[in-house]
Amino acid sequence: MILKYLLEKEFKQFRRNPIFPRLMVAFPILIIFVFPWVTTFEVQNIKVTVVDDDNSTLSHRLTHEIENSRYFNLVGAEPSYQLGLADVEKGTADVVLDIPRDFEKNMIRRSGSNIQISANAVNGIKGNIGSSYLNAIVAQFATKIASEHGLKVQPAVNVITQNRFNEYLDYKKFMIPALITMVLILLCGFFPTLNIVSEKEIGTIEQINVTPVGKASFIIAKLIPYWAMGLIVFTVCFFLAWLTYGFAPQGNVLLIYLDAVLFIMFMSGFGLVVSNNSATMQQAMFVMFFCIMVFILMSGLFTPIHSMPQWAQDIAFFNPPRYYIEIMRSVFLKGSNFMENWFSYMMLAIFDLLINFWAILSYRKQS
Amino acid sequence: MKKMLSFIRKEFYHIFRDKRTMLILIGMPMVQIILFGFAISNDVKNVRVAYYAPHYNNDIQKLVAKIDANDYFIVVGKCTTKEDINHALLSGKADIVAYFDRDFSKIGKKGSTPTVNLIIDACDPNMATMESTILTQVINDYFKNPAGGTGALLVPHTRLLYNPSMESSYNFVPGIMGLILMVICAMMTSISIVREKEVGTMEVLLVSPSRPMGIIFAKMVPYFTISCLNLATILVLSVFVLKLPIAGSLIGLILFAMLYIALALAFGLLISTIMKTQVSAMLVSMMGLLMPTMLLSGMIYPVENMPAILQWISAVIPARWFITAVRKVMIQGLPMAAIVKEIAVIGGMLIIITGLSLKNFKKRLE
Amino acid sequence: MNDEMGNKVIIAENLTKKFGNFTAVDHITFEVERGEIFGFLGANGAGKTTAMRMFCGLSRPTEGKGSVGGFDVRTQAEQIKKNIGYMSQKFSLYEDLKVWENIRLFAGIYGVKEGEIKSRSEELLHRLGLYEERDSFVKSLPLGWKQKLAFSVAIFHHPKIVFLDEPTGGVDPIARRQFWELIYEAADQGITIFVTTHYMDEAEYCNRVSIMVDGRIDALDTPRNLKEQFGTTDMDGVFRALARKAKRGD
Repeated sequence: MILKYLLEKEFKQFRRNPIFPRLMVAFPILIIFVFPWVTTFEVQNIKVTVVDDDNSTLSHRLTHEIENSRYFNLVGAEPSYQLGLADVEKGTADVVLDIPRDFEKNMIRRSGSNIQISANAVNGIKGNIGSSYLNAIVAQFATKIASEHGLKVQPAVNVITQNRFNEYLDYKKFMIPALITMVLILLCGFFPTLNIVSEKEIGTIEQINVTPVGKASFIIAKLIPYWAMGLIVFTVCFFLAWLTYGFAPQGNVLLIYLDAVLFIMFMSGFGLVVSNNSATMQQAMFVMFFCIMVFILMSGLFTPIHSMPQWAQDIAFFNPPRYYIEIMRSVFLKGSNFMENWFSYMMLAIFDLLINFWAILSYRKQS
Repeated sequence: MKKMLSFIRKEFYHIFRDKRTMLILIGMPMVQIILFGFAISNDVKNVRVAYYAPHYNNDIQKLVAKIDANDYFIVVGKCTTKEDINHALLSGKADIVAYFDRDFSKIGKKGSTPTVNLIIDACDPNMATMESTILTQVINDYFKNPAGGTGALLVPHTRLLYNPSMESSYNFVPGIMGLILMVICAMMTSISIVREKEVGTMEVLLVSPSRPMGIIFAKMVPYFTISCLNLATILVLSVFVLKLPIAGSLIGLILFAMLYIALALAFGLLISTIMKTQVSAMLVSMMGLLMPTMLLSGMIYPVENMPAILQWISAVIPARWFITAVRKVMIQGLPMAAIVKEIAVIGGMLIIITGLSLKNFKKRLE
Repeated sequence: MNDEMGNKVIIAENLTKKFGNFTAVDHITFEVERGEIFGFLGANGAGKTTAMRMFCGLSRPTEGKGSVGGFDVRTQAEQIKKNIGYMSQKFSLYEDLKVWENIRLFAGIYGVKEGEIKSRSEELLHRLGLYEERDSFVKSLPLGWKQKLAFSVAIFHHPKIVFLDEPTGGVDPIARRQFWELIYEAADQGITIFVTTHYMDEAEYCNRVSIMVDGRIDALDTPRNLKEQFGTTDMDGVFRALARKAKRGD
């Protein structure tokens, strides 16, 4: 059995590599302990500047309401809108709340009062969510004043929102499966990419090519260590997430592992395809850098796929990490079963077959 | 001086001869900026809505049609049983299920207030918040509900500054620029220099009578040229394809970006003086630059959301300063005076990194 | 396969390799007999390595025919590989593996039985005087030892033919002499040796030599006949007489 000897070689080389084993340890730690604190869109600490032209009891009460909200920090008061805007330009404020003259008078007379909310929307999500939070506070305030003055407003229909699967809207819960994906993409993608092309540059591949070794055995022996590495890293991340944040999968653990195995097989096979088709490590690395950016940024990992334009969604259809992440989130967070994800599993399996065949075919022993 | 020029010419020749790598170096950033400029977005769009209405009537029908006609939502179907609701959410076929309760049979009659329950897949908390806000608004509008119950008492007007149409690209493209320039410039320099070390041609150069500083300089010139070319294509594509404004000074923007490129090249040089093999140089430029830049620079995730200690760490990530400054000049159209701090930080980093790598380089020679 | 064919283990007929416009090997024709030590000489860039890579099944010929051990170089490369050993010009064993690990790896790949590998490799390491170094990483060995190790790995599985590409480049005369003793030992066991070199004293050790100039074979005979033909006292003279015609530089 030739495979045995090849595997011995690959595992020894992996263990002796000065960098690989260290990254295998460093990555899960970073991913679980550091990055969940970074990858948060939770909008908070929005800096508000108030331009209070009314200077009345009611305007002070409104200002006070905002100050007390957990989303906003009142950073200052400016005498004019222009100066408030200047604060936004300097970056000391995100939102300017402009309370007009006669604000109190108009409210009490029920003739309606306008206030203006101006949000820095360069970061769309922050501008959007920030201003809608501020709107909500203003609305609450208005209802309060209305009831104080005996004005009751009855809506025609109630709208109630129920958040499923992540009731407390915990962003870390959403991101941890995605971050584990990112580690697998990086480790199982880059290590194999460097493998064959570095044997080409060093020249050792020549000694292998002149032996009767089978293409498939050679490639499979290269792949197996990465599968093992991927599964170990995956398991470690999984346990750390559980120990640190108490996040346990809602669904069947075996389904999650099936997903991970399929994905790890895809990434390592992909790495070898790039490696086989590159002449130098530099080339291999740049190509992989490009592909990994696509894998990460177009898979729904950070930003949702349905927000993309149609053509980009079409590309994402052929982006295997997308299916892996969909299954991860679906089984891990929602607790869905196999049948609810069969399409994603099938897509991953197809990609696996194609890419690993290609990996074997693209290894050429004769030039 | 003449020797210097011939050196530089040799380096140019050396790099430009490798057509395949050149194609990658020039073509890749172009594809990336277009691809990601369009694709990275967290606009509320194409959100899939299903509904459950045991007492289906005209009002619901019209409302559903109205939701579907909206850019934000696509109505994907009707749930006939309560199990359907679960299934639609669990299988990911719908992001929201609108549940119209039985009071809808008496809609409009006095004393009855029917309820719409929006059951949302809240795995992604922000999208869930935005989706529910917008959908609630659509429903309120339809039934002419007073928005949030404020009545005519108080009408808030919202102005979204600098980005009135809420383009995600305004936020993300400066980040993508910062990421691409940093990683490509640093990787390209570090790998090529380490490669020369590995192959041994570096030693040959270093024993030649020319001064090592000169050699380093000659090596950097072609990479700087390629990087500037990349900068130009990225800017052109951002403006003409991605339709980003250049609201501030173009010259100022370019000069600032060139400073940033110089810093990225210096980073590459530093990595190459420390690392011995191409593999390690690549892994370090990749893991050490790609991940932190993507996550800690504010490219996707705002820096101010991070815990204080990570905010401190992000201060040493050059891309953070680059992105802030580009957003200010390019999108907000502020004068160059507004980014003095960023210029100073990038400039300071450039001096420190160059100094460090030259010191390392010399030490290796002795 | 008739007897006559059976004695000719390497046959080349108009074998040619082109890279774009450049003809690295230009219609070479010759035969190598079983058990011969065949010297394949030529200046740098004359096309020796390219020709050898075609015989080893590493490179596909552009034109012409070739067979090694009775197998066609174009269509039966994998069968050829079972019957040959190869030592490339650039040392290409795994430097991050230990001495015994390299031997074990290649023995395993060639299908030597698990039980035999250990005893045979110990015997081999003793014979090479490398037994003490069996646990060292290959990268820490001096070049001469690396070359001996590479040669031993190339013949460990008892191939019919072994191809050696500049096996003694860069080492001192004593190490070269020792290396040639290994070659003779292998030849005594009936292994056909196909060796390139640019040391002319080594050419004298061969049964027959061919001299390649600009991708073509310009001379082929025993060293003695060649010296007579060119009227010189050593192979160096033969070589210089031929090399003068070369157009390709280094």
